[in-house]
Amino acid sequence: MEQLIQKLKEEIIEALNLSEMKPADIDEKAPLFVDGLGLDSIDALELTVLLEKKYGLKINTAEEGKKILHSVNSMAEFITANKKS
Amino acid sequence: MKKSCIISHYCQIRDHAVIGDDETLYERCGADLSDFFTGIYQHFDISYPKFYKMDNLCKLGFLSVELLLMDRNIQQRYAGHEVGIILMNASSSLDNDRHHQQTILDRSAYFPSPAVFVYTLPNIVIGEICIRHKFTGEGTFFVRERFDPLFLFNYVNQLFYQDVVQCCIAGWVETLGDYYDSTVYLIEKTGKPDAGITIFEPDTIKHIFAKEK
Repeated sequence: MEQLIQKLKEEIIEALNLSEMKPADIDEKAPLFVDGLGLDSIDALELTVLLEKKYGLKINTAEEGKKILHSVNSMAEFITANKKS
Repeated sequence: MKKSCIISHYCQIRDHAVIGDDETLYERCGADLSDFFTGIYQHFDISYPKFYKMDNLCKLGFLSVELLLMDRNIQQRYAGHEVGIILMNASSSLDNDRHHQQTILDRSAYFPSPAVFVYTLPNIVIGEICIRHKFTGEGTFFVRERFDPLFLFNYVNQLFYQDVVQCCIAGWVETLGDYYDSTVYLIEKTGKPDAGITIFEPDTIKHIFAKEK
């Protein structure tokens, strides 16, 4: 899980052009939106694309998206629970 | 006394340099476009992380207006709805449109990027500037074959005449590939003609645009 969290942080920085940040700057438990990284709705779409592109996983509803994209930890849990072997 | 519209300040980014009111504010030769823009951002200690997510057209427009308005207290002097932004260029958002096209060429791995797609309109640069400075007045982006001082003068003058805005940021913001060129003017409605102040008229707009560093 720790390895996945680190990888996710790197992928988020790349996908969202957060070039001023390092993986260590992202708190995996902190909310990604509003507080935390202060991401916006376009970033939410970008993270949705990231999950589909890199992990083949789709978010089906907005409600589900809110939970999955809450933090790096929740994204990692979603990937771990749903990844195809 | 008759009040005139004036060009109170201007900012120009071209040929590896930033010029503000005839003064070279920053110069960096040899850097590629991305490094040049980032260099300006860092040199002037601007703090707006969203800058890094912008396409080149937005970065150029954002930086040009940021430096145009630096220490001008515009938000204290005008309400948000009193400030308009009128910009133009020749290539629209073609620079980013091409980037977007490159990202969707592979039909077997078709993942359009929202962060790229969102910039496939030229007027997004106006939105970015308005969000940054809380401007809510008239905002229009024109695509013209070349910079047209008379057109700009007539349009902005009409906004002033109809009392739509009291202050207008207007000019040319163009990027395509490695090419970039911007000249933005701060135009204010209620200024008294005075020595050293530039009257807002087609010839002065043209004169500033044609300046070389």
